[in-house]
Formats: sequence, C-alpha cells, structure tokens
Amino acid sequence: MSDLFDIITAAAFWSAAIRIATPLIFGTLGELICERAGVLNLGIEGIFTAGAMSGWMTVYLGGDLWTGVLVAALVGAGFGLLHAVLTVPLGLSQHVTGLGITLLATSASYFTYRIAFPNVSSPPRIEPFQPISIPGLSDLPFIGPALFQQTPLTYFAVFLVIVVAYILARTPLGLAIRASGENPAAVDSQGLSVYGLRIGAVMAGSAIMAVGGSFLTLSAFNAFFFEMIAGRGWICIALVVFASWKPGKALLGALLFGAFDALQVRLQQSMGGAIPYQLFLMLPYVLSILALVIMSRRAAYPNALMIPFIKGQRS
Amino acid sequence: MIRLEPRQERSSALSIAAPVVAAIAALALAAIPLFIAGAPLGAAYAAMFNGALGSQFALAETLTRTTPLIFTGLAVAVAFRARLWNIGAEGQLYVGALAAVVVGTGMIDAPGFVLIPLLFLAGGLAGAALMAVPTGLKLKFSVDEVVTSLLLNFVVLLFVSMMLEGPLKDPMGLGWPQSEAIVDEGTLPVLMARTRVHAGLILALFMAVIVHIVMARTVWGFETRAVGSNPSAARFAGMSTSMVMLRVGLVSGALAGLAGVSEVAGLKGYLTQDLSPGFGYSGIVVAMLAGLHPLGVVVSAFFVAAVFVGADSMSRAVGVPSYIANLTVAVALLAVLVAGVLTRYRIRIQKPGARNV
Repeated sequence: MSDLFDIITAAAFWSAAIRIATPLIFGTLGELICERAGVLNLGIEGIFTAGAMSGWMTVYLGGDLWTGVLVAALVGAGFGLLHAVLTVPLGLSQHVTGLGITLLATSASYFTYRIAFPNVSSPPRIEPFQPISIPGLSDLPFIGPALFQQTPLTYFAVFLVIVVAYILARTPLGLAIRASGENPAAVDSQGLSVYGLRIGAVMAGSAIMAVGGSFLTLSAFNAFFFEMIAGRGWICIALVVFASWKPGKALLGALLFGAFDALQVRLQQSMGGAIPYQLFLMLPYVLSILALVIMSRRAAYPNALMIPFIKGQRS
Repeated sequence: MIRLEPRQERSSALSIAAPVVAAIAALALAAIPLFIAGAPLGAAYAAMFNGALGSQFALAETLTRTTPLIFTGLAVAVAFRARLWNIGAEGQLYVGALAAVVVGTGMIDAPGFVLIPLLFLAGGLAGAALMAVPTGLKLKFSVDEVVTSLLLNFVVLLFVSMMLEGPLKDPMGLGWPQSEAIVDEGTLPVLMARTRVHAGLILALFMAVIVHIVMARTVWGFETRAVGSNPSAARFAGMSTSMVMLRVGLVSGALAGLAGVSEVAGLKGYLTQDLSPGFGYSGIVVAMLAGLHPLGVVVSAFFVAAVFVGADSMSRAVGVPSYIANLTVAVALLAVLVAGVLTRYRIRIQKPGARNV
C-alpha cells in the first residue's frame, strides 16, 4: 500500500495521467457536442484514426506541427459531414452509419499509410511537440511539474473545454444546439434550421475528435501505428455518459480515467509479472463499463438523441 | 427544396435491388483509391475477379472465407432485427474459439460424432454467455449495449492473449502464444480435396435456414420482429420485451461463438490471437447488405468474402494495399444504407417557397 501512496504522490504520475487524458478530453468533448445536438457519433473510433494518420502524414511530408493539427481537424470535419448528411437529412440509423464511418475512416487511413509506406519494418518518425513550461507556474513545487510542463495540445484541450462549456451554456448558439438535441420542433418553430445546427455540431465535434487523434501521433508518440487507437473512441462514448453531457465533467472524467490508466501501468511495473499484464490492460475497458453501469440510473440522455427530425412531422 | 416522401408500399423488387446496387457501387467506387494508388484499373479488377471466383481453388478460398461471415452475419442480423445492437460478435467469436480449444484439445476422449457437436455446443454457450453481459446490463440498468459490447471485444482479446501465454499455451509452440491443436476427432472434415473448405460451411448454411424458419414461421421470430419494429405495441400485445431481448442476445452471441469454433476446428486447428481478421465487424456489413434477412446473409457473406479474397490477389498482382477490401466493404455498408432510403422514400423536388403540407 505504501507503494500506491508513493506512486500517486509523484508529480510524474499526475503529469502522465494528464498526458493519457488529453486525447480522451478531445474525444469526449467532440462526442458531447454531437450528442448535445441530438446525433450519436459512433464514427469516433475511425475519426480518431484518421486524425492520427492525416496529422502525422502532413508533418512527415514537411508541414509544421500546427498544420498537421489543422489537417487532422479538416479530415475529421469531412468525415463528420458525411456522418451528418447520412443521419440528419436522410435520417439513417445513427448506430449503423456511425459504425460504417468508423470502418471507412479506419480503412482509408490504413490504406493511405500503406500506399505511402509499402514495406517499412519500423514506422517512420517525426519530431513531435515538445513540453512547454508555463513561466512562473511550472516552477511551483509538485503542481508545476505535474500540471504546467505539458505539450501545447494539452493546454489547448483544456482551453477548448472552457470555450465549449461557455458556448453551450451561455450563448444563443449553444442554446440552439442544446435545443436541437432536446426539442428540435421548438428550434424549427423559431425559424432556425435544425439540420444546419446538427450538421454543424457534428462537423465541429468530429474535428475536435480528430485533433485528439493527432495528439497521439504528434505529441504522445512520434509515429503512426496500426491499431494505435485501441478503443479510445469507444471509451469516450462511455465518458460522455459518465460526464452527464457536461464539458466540465467530461474533463474531470477524462482526467480520472487518465489517472487510473497511469496507475495501472505503474502497478504493472511494480508487480513485476506476478499478475498477468493483460489483466492490467483490461482495466480501462472494464472501468468504462463500470462507469456506465454506475451512471446509468442518473443518465439524462438528450431527449431527441438518435431521433431524426423531419420538418412538419411530430415525432 | 428536396424532400423525402415515404412510399406507401415497399416493393420487394426494390428491397432486393438496393443491396445489389450498393455492392456494385462500392466495387465501382474502389476505382478511386485504386487510381490514387496508381494501379492499372483493368488489371486490378481482373486480378480481383480471378482471385475470388476465377478458378476452383479461388472459389474454394472464397467459400472458406464465407463460412465465418455467415455465422457472424446471422448473429448481427438476429440482434439488429430486435434492435439489440450487438457489436461484440468479434469477442463472441473468440470466446467460442477459446471454449473449443478448452474442450477439444484432449480434455474429452470421444469419437468425432460426439466431440464435434460438443465443441459447437461449448462455443455457442460461451458466445451466449458473453453476450448475456451487455444484454443483461441493458435490461437491468439500461446501459447502452453498443458501447459495452464493443468494449468487451478488447477485454476478450486480452483474455485470449492471457490464456495463450498462460494455461492454454502449447508447450510445443516454440514460444509462440498459441494453443495446442484440436484433436483429430474434433477436426471438421474437408469438403473438397486439396482445398480448405470444411464442414463448417454446411453448418453455417444449415444455421441460416434454421434462423430463417424461426424468424419467419415461429412465435419466437414474430416476437423478435415485433419488439424490433414497435416495442410499445409488442408490450401492449402482452409480450415481455425483456425476455425477448434476452433470448435474442443469447442466440446472437451463440451464433457468433459458432464462428470461432468453426474457424478453429475447421480451418486453423489451433487458436492464435489473429484467428479473426475482424469477422465480427464484417458481420455487421454482411447483415446490413442482407437487409437483416437470414438467407440474404448467405449471399452477402459470399460477396464480402469474395471482396476480401479477391483483394488479396489484386494486392499481389498490382501492388495495392489489401486494405482496399476493408475500404470497399465499408463503402458497401454506407451505400446500402443510402440505397435503403430510396426503397422507403420517394425523392420529391419542391419549388422553393411552396408550403409543406
């Protein structure tokens, strides 16, 4: 038990937890925006992959790191547009379409990567984002190294949470997005376009997810690997429920999750093979399922989630 | 303004045409990535066709690949019919395979006609037990089964890895994480000499017919369809929707479990971590292309298998990454969804300014 205490009181542990949480913050935030507008986006796992691949490829071909992030966001928005067109005006099953988007985005990413690198034994690398110390804050004892020596995308993720929380809670646009997910007929009667709002929200949310994917290849690692997303997208879907569709809680949920994941890695090392390592690797997935079960009683899904809106028709 | 207007009657010709059009569209759209990859289109498509259907050997390979896809396609079709979103067929396939190697590698000494059914029974039960988890959580705590069944796929794969590096590891496996081989009595017979087509195909076809009869002709099937199309009406008619859901979940999981047994006992002989190249996920495409019809699953499984086998040949012939198959199949899924809209709705072009009625 003293082991455990040592682990969680180390600044490096919290620094790692935040690093692990970063893609989940982006993913959960992106999914949350889609769902708040009434569209479940199961394309997230594939959009993560596409963001990771396209962002990395841009930088590998000579773009700078922020261009890579931008390209990832645009690719994400593109897949978001496809998902939105199929599910919003055409009203197709959001479940099946989302899975289709995941299959499409994943295979398109793998295909493109394989065209560029037909037979590489070790994945080519790029020079990733370096940690930035926030002047003043990063010198604080414990808190400094834990919180304020992260790579730029991590700060960006937290900034984005604040922006999205503000937009959703305090602006007319946010109200309109939330209303499209709760009562689209009311939005329509105000003369606003439910389709426009939903399509826009899915595109924006998907762009944010893709940036989360690009964090993996441009910041956490320096290369693209097959299967590197490893269910992170699905975990984000669980985190949205856990966060009750609130950006602030999404941030907390992702951090909590990152902390558990970082702990799992360290326990795995300190146990030194006494327990099969696979049991530790299962923890994030099992934890997500448990989080869903615990929150299910209180889960207040947006009322119109997964219900297509047809103008002039009562649902 | 473009409007979709529901058709009064669904023509059955259109419902059959929709997946065919989608499949052709997906194959045609594959030209875009092929072009990007710089492959000669004619040679590429020719290699694909020959690789999948061009010879007896090619056909046999396609049928071998069709077998697991029929099982997983049926698993998904049955579940989706009741609007139970089982996306966990991949995991259920692996627990089925795991059960087969536990029972079939020497634990039981029995003749084939006893052992083989026993393997399928064990695999089916294992798959059903796994799917009971997301189904139970859905019914008891209203937890969305999509996410839980998906997440369980990752848990199961890690569990398989743990078993293959631990208790089920073949001591003769030269350090590879693989199980011992299924004993001869438990191995499925090969159907055509000098090919890999095995008796699993017969069982798959048999299951498709059984599932079709159950869905179309029995109270069970009627209840499943009723719960899927209108749960409140089903409840009003006195059906226990939870019981129907649970039953559907168990049957769906069991069908996916059979895929694992069939692959291990019919094709590979032992279990490795790469037993399935995503048969569970492809099962979703197979089921959707089939319009969730059990007999249609046989046809669409054959199509998806042909795309994968053909793409392997194409990949060798013109040097295009074999992920072209995954890409084509994903496009086919989205295309069949769109085509489905056209069978249900009429597209009406309205003059701007005209009032909706």
